[in-house]
Amino acid sequence: MIKTSLFLRGASAAFIVSALMWGNVATAQIKVGFMATLSGPAAALGQDMYDGFMLGLEHAGGQFGGVDVEVIREDDQLKPDLAVQTVDRFIERDEVDVVAGVTFSNVMMAIAKPLADSNTIFMGMNAGPAPLAGEQCAPNFFFVSYQNDQQAEGVGKYATDRGYKNVYLMAPNYQAGKDAVGGFKRYYQGDIAGEVYTRVNQPDYSAEIAQLQAANPDAVYVFYPGGMGINFIKQFRQAGLLGEIPLLSVSSFDGSTLPALKETALGAISGSFWGPDFDNPTNQKFVQAFEEKYGRIPSQYAAQAYDGAALLNKAVEQVGDQYQDKAALMAALRQAEFDSVRGEFAFNKNGFPIHDMYVFEVAVDDKNRVSHRTLQKTLPNHQDAYVGQCPL
Amino acid sequence: MTVSLVLGQALNGFQLGILLFLMAAGLTLVFGIMSFVNLAHGSLYMFGAYFAATIATHSGSFVLAIVLTLVLIFLLGLLLDKGGLSILHRRSHLDQVLATFGLILFSNELVRIIWGNAPIYMDAPDYLSGAVNLFGLNYPAYRFAIIVAGLLIAIGLYVLIERTRVGMLIRAGASNRRMVSALGVNIAWLNRFVFALGAGLAGLAGALVGPIVSVESGMGEPVLILTLVVIVIGGIGSIRGAFFGALVVGLVDTMGRVFLPIWLRETFDPAMATAVGPAVASMLVYLLMAIVLAFKPDGLFPIRARG
Repeated sequence: MIKTSLFLRGASAAFIVSALMWGNVATAQIKVGFMATLSGPAAALGQDMYDGFMLGLEHAGGQFGGVDVEVIREDDQLKPDLAVQTVDRFIERDEVDVVAGVTFSNVMMAIAKPLADSNTIFMGMNAGPAPLAGEQCAPNFFFVSYQNDQQAEGVGKYATDRGYKNVYLMAPNYQAGKDAVGGFKRYYQGDIAGEVYTRVNQPDYSAEIAQLQAANPDAVYVFYPGGMGINFIKQFRQAGLLGEIPLLSVSSFDGSTLPALKETALGAISGSFWGPDFDNPTNQKFVQAFEEKYGRIPSQYAAQAYDGAALLNKAVEQVGDQYQDKAALMAALRQAEFDSVRGEFAFNKNGFPIHDMYVFEVAVDDKNRVSHRTLQKTLPNHQDAYVGQCPL
Repeated sequence: MTVSLVLGQALNGFQLGILLFLMAAGLTLVFGIMSFVNLAHGSLYMFGAYFAATIATHSGSFVLAIVLTLVLIFLLGLLLDKGGLSILHRRSHLDQVLATFGLILFSNELVRIIWGNAPIYMDAPDYLSGAVNLFGLNYPAYRFAIIVAGLLIAIGLYVLIERTRVGMLIRAGASNRRMVSALGVNIAWLNRFVFALGAGLAGLAGALVGPIVSVESGMGEPVLILTLVVIVIGGIGSIRGAFFGALVVGLVDTMGRVFLPIWLRETFDPAMATAVGPAVASMLVYLLMAIVLAFKPDGLFPIRARG
């Protein structure tokens, strides 16, 4: 008796195990290849994107449209060649349904061609370089973030609205810096008091700040992402200029650098399409849940990625069982009928968003933390400058 | 171009030079006396900044943060030397470069594991956050404090090297380490002290610079490169060379960044000047190094009679 029951138990256990394995194979699943910069000095941005994306997935019940999701997380190390290999692996070996993420524009440009050729759905959650909005736009690309120039254009408009006549421009001497200055100039109508391009990752700005002081401008506009922004504003403040000369910026004093700046950055103005104090219900849910889960104020990078997950969830829900039909899923994504944390959201024909631009001031929030406070909307329903060049 | 702009820039260049001196003093001693190429010197600078930022945040005392950081990084230097780096002294320069380059990568990741990805917060104390008035020029008080502190340390080092027994041994070691060893001096002990002293100075530089720059992983490397330029220009192993080399590099870098584009704009077409100016300005220091190497291959202040 004992022997039989042991045998039976063993057999039934084996049966259950094999049934589970079968079940695993048969279960429908969406594979997402998530790639961002998760190491090195810029790792904070990639980490925020990943955290935001995973929170979005969690809020969708761990599934997109009722289908299980597997996220494969990869670090591109900010190396374009490595990123190309990773994306190839996503497409060829992992056979992912969606590639998502990408923090930096140089990485984005490197993987654009293989991605476009493979026709794999791509969900861009930060980098939005101009060529991909213009001539090299592709039907399988969806940028849930913004086109690189858009935020700068919003700040340019703000400078014009405020009646600044003489603005001093500063950025690092590389493509993104020149784009940020170019975007600003597109909507700024006053004079330029000076235009200075500094070395990339320059730690000391004392020389440039003294020149700036001598030029006596109405306002200063800077693009100094990451540590450069921290260096700049600390030195700008120590020179006694913060509060004296309005400091306008994009991608400089944002959620990724404010924890290191705290009250040092109070009063700085920055342009974006999203702020943590937006009072739409989607955003309130996102911000509250993010703070509870990760213990910090979400940055724009987290917000974009959260939107990416929400959009995927909605699109898969819309197509139902047809989610493996790429054309159907892309059509559903293009409609973008999801609730964005930024409010109104629509895709342009080049796969970049049409959305409102705002400016924010670094200020103390109602929980006595240094954060962004919405000042005003600058460019409503703003589309990027390159959509005309997109042949789609 | 006004007098105050020139004076302000000269002070800025001087201040950068002082910081570079703190870095270069340690590196040049370690290189000159122990013949040890320590690329991880920049990592000690980074640890200095992180230690100081953490101590300042938790204790609220800026002075305590600076002093304690100096001591802690000095001890860290002793520990590193005892814990393995001393093995490298006997190896070839290429091995040393490889091993200490590995240490850079290791340190950058370690810092991210301990303190997180994002840069951390450090600000100047309130009493140094304003500006001081120098001959009608408003200059940030904190930067002025760095200059004063750096000069005091330079004097202290001068006294240590030129006027004490330890300093005499260090100078002797730089000239001919074998002979010093043969005369019965414990060269391993001397090496360890010199290495730790260099580490402490790098840590101090990092701590002082914390309130000015972003305290983040990888902050040591740009400074390390300039420091290497300084010791090449000043002459390897020479403290005096490190001091004057650092001031020259600081001044050329700062003044070049400001006045070269201005000069180019006045001389050439403005559009071209805007494009070329920043590029040439950032090359100036390296051009200077190339010129020095061409005419004085041992640097501007070479130490005499190297064995």
